[in-house]
Parts: sequence; structure tokens; C-alpha cells
Amino acid sequence: MIARLVGWVLSAGLQVLTGAHGRWSGCAPEARQRVYCVNHSSHLDFLLLWTALPAAMRRVTRPVAAADYWNSGLVRRYVIHDVFRGVLVDRGGKSAQPLEPAVAALAAGDSLIFFPEGTRGPGAGLLPFKSGIYYLAKERPDVDLVPVWIDNSYRVMPKGRFFPVPLVCSMTFGAPLRLREGEEKEAFLSRLRNAMLELQPPQ
Amino acid sequence: MNVPHEAVLIFAGLGVALAAASVTGYVLERRVGQGNGRAAIENLNARVRAWWVMIAISGGVLLAGNGAIITLFAVLSFLALREFVTQTPVRRGDHAALFVSFFLALPAQYVLVGVQWYGLFAIFIPVYAFLTIPILSALSADAQQFLQRTAETQWGLMICVYCLSHVPALLTLRIPGYEGRGALLVVFLMLVVQASDVLQYIWGKLAGRHPIAPAVSPSKTVEGFAGGVASATLLGASLWQITPFTPWEAGGMALLITLIGFLGGLVMSAIKRDRGIKDWGQMLEGHGGMLDRLDSVCFSAPIFFHVTRYYFAL
Repeated sequence: MIARLVGWVLSAGLQVLTGAHGRWSGCAPEARQRVYCVNHSSHLDFLLLWTALPAAMRRVTRPVAAADYWNSGLVRRYVIHDVFRGVLVDRGGKSAQPLEPAVAALAAGDSLIFFPEGTRGPGAGLLPFKSGIYYLAKERPDVDLVPVWIDNSYRVMPKGRFFPVPLVCSMTFGAPLRLREGEEKEAFLSRLRNAMLELQPPQ
Repeated sequence: MNVPHEAVLIFAGLGVALAAASVTGYVLERRVGQGNGRAAIENLNARVRAWWVMIAISGGVLLAGNGAIITLFAVLSFLALREFVTQTPVRRGDHAALFVSFFLALPAQYVLVGVQWYGLFAIFIPVYAFLTIPILSALSADAQQFLQRTAETQWGLMICVYCLSHVPALLTLRIPGYEGRGALLVVFLMLVVQASDVLQYIWGKLAGRHPIAPAVSPSKTVEGFAGGVASATLLGASLWQITPFTPWEAGGMALLITLIGFLGGLVMSAIKRDRGIKDWGQMLEGHGGMLDRLDSVCFSAPIFFHVTRYYFAL
């Protein structure tokens, strides 16, 4: 109850700051199981994406986040576990199958917010992808992967700053794609990468 | 507060005009069908729909009193500045300066309107914010394109906050024989500016042939400009009863407002052209962004405020 309220307040506040609006150019905001593959440049990213989703979809759409960052500190832990029902994964090769919890969440019917870069990038463009998204697609080739481009969030709250400033952000949702039969890792990753870059608004 | 009955009449008139526009748009859409000019008609209808919303909000705010008018313009400043800053290439070093602009300078400027502290209202942004912004950017130790970045933040603050705040500042003028009717002066200014924009659009669509400034704004024509300014001036003169002016003075004020508003629109178009964008944003369907609707107001409001203050107020 309180967690729902906190989620609503956070997302309403972000709406005021950024006027966050989603452009569904490649698919509709339907309640289908999906993995949203999003570029990552700010701590606000998954909250922004969450804000662009209809309320019914928010409850079943869970961000995949780094355990080392989000499990440190009471506030972060509360926000990621209680408010967003985040799926926490280990970074840095400590466990053999770090994405096991994400696969379990998909098996339970939830949708995921996934950052294929694995960490926050500089803003424009993309860092090289980690192989996590390939692993996930291989485990569940039956789930749609939706490429998403978040524009401008790195300027709202850049890496290393702790307060946001108001700038208009937009999110573009592209056409869903899936791992093709027999598709190699490199080919798949570059296909997904291009699909995301194509959504980037012209500068 | 009790709303002057003239305001009720004006809003009733606006409702009739908008209803006529809605009917015209509907008929045009039926007649054009899927043929040529479909996009233009759809844009026209989207604009009319957005006008219904804007007029409804304005009416509600007017009913709610002066505090609501000041708050509305503070919100408009926020939305306009957000669009402006989004289109300027600010860097990480500007973060603190932007934070101060949005969350300190902007609210403070409107509080000064609310408490009627004219002396500080007039210099707060041109002096204090003007000097604070480059200081904050310098403290963040990023010298790249320093002057350009700083100037852009200062410019956004001047246009979107300082200039726009002169609209509700009209409420603070003490004009003999016009006590308690300041809200009508706000209605006069906004109505003349917006009517001028709409009339220029209509005249331009109906009779526009010769571009007036093709390098800056391809859609503005000599015919649209002349027709729009002339008819908006007549409209302003006919509204003299809600102002402290005589009919001739009201017409002169309306002419001043529309001319400066037109030039302001030209300036803001030049910025958009340079940035390679058509509109400042997407928040108003058919119109583009908030700043697209307010660009002419930003320029005419301070001039109208000061001319009125100098010649008519105590």
C-alpha cells in the first residue's frame, strides 16, 4: 500500500520534471509479456520507462538491476524491492548464472526492463552490449524483446549528480524482435543494438 | 474575488467564436475527405481543440482570483523554460546553474509579483540571477564553450521567466479609476496577442502569397502580417471598455502589442531554425510546444507593462 503510494509519487514527480511521454511507434502498450531493452544513461531510466507504461502494466513490469548498487543503503533497498519489485542480479562474475532470477521472473509471467549495456553510458550512443540479453533471449525465445530509446535522461540527472533538473524526456518504443533460430550471439546483439539506435531522435 | 461582468461576456464571446471554428473545421474535414489539404485541416482542428482546453483553463483561473493567475504564469514559465533548456546544448557543468534557475529564480520571481515588491521584481533576474549563473557554472570547473552555455541559460531565464512574469505583474499596477480590475488588463493583453497570432494564421492561409522573412520563418507572409496586425488592432480598440484606456489609446496599445509580438515570434523562429527544429515541443496538440504559443507574449508583455506603468499608473 505505502509502496504503491511511493511509486506513484516518484513517477508523478518525474512526470512534472520531464513531461515523460512514450511514443509507441513499433508496438502498442498492451499487457503482454515483454522484455524492454533500454539504453542506460541515468539512474532515472527505469523510473522513466515505468512512468510511460499504463498503470496496469507497471505492476507486472520489473526492472533488472545490479545487486551491489541497490542492496547498499536502506532507501535504495526499500525502493528497489518494495516499490519496483526489482529483479536483482550479481555483476562482476561472482555467480555462474547471474541472470537466473530474471529467467525465474519471466517464468512467473512478469515483464522485464533490461539494460543490455549493463551499466550507465555517456548519454548519446550506446556502450558495447554485455552478453546477458543474448542469454535471456536464448532461454526464452518465445518472449518479445521491445527495443526502447530514452532520450535526454542523462541531462536530467547525469552520472555523479544527485539532484535532477527539468528537461523534456521522451521514450520511443520500437517493433518487437526475437532471437532467430540458429542466430549467433554477435549477430543478434548487433541486430538489437541497431534496432535501439534507430529509435534515437535525429540531432 | 468577484469577476467583472465584462470578463464573463468576453469568455462567452470566445466560446461562440470557438464553436464557430469547430463547426467550420468539421465541415472542412467532411468536404476535403481524403483529398489534398487533409493534413492542414487536421492540424487546424487539433489547434481548435487545444484552444478549447486553453480557454477553459484561463476562465477557471480568472474565476479563482489573482493568486491563481500568478500561479498559472509560474507554471507556464516552468514549462516554457523546460522546453527552452531541452533544446540548448547544456553540459554537465551547467547542472547547478539550471537547478538554481528552475527551483530558486523562477519561484522567487513570481513570489515577488505576489508580494508586489516592484523594486526587486524588476532587477532580480537581470542582476542577481544574471551574475549567479556564470558563477555557478565556473565553480563546476568546465570551461568548454563557457560563454555560449552561460548565455543560453541566462537567455532562457530572461525570456521564459522574467519577460513572461510581466503578464501577472499587470495585477500589481495601481491605475487611478481602475482599482480591482487588473485581471481585465491581463485578459486584454493575452487576448490581443493570441488573437493576433490566430488572425495572422488565418490571413496567411487565406491570402498569404509573399514570404516576409523566408530565411527565418517560411510560413510568415506579408499578407498574414498586415491582415493579422490590422484586425487584432481593431479588436484591441473595440475592447477599450475593459481597459483604463480611451478607444484610440486601446488601439495604439494593441498595435504596439501585436507588432512586438510578431517580432518576438520572428526571433524565436530564428532560434528554432538554427537548432533545426520546427516546434519547441509537443505538449499542445497542433500548436507544438508551450513556447510556440507564448513566444509573442514573452516579447510584448514587458513592453506593454512598462508603457502602461509609465503613462497610466501611479
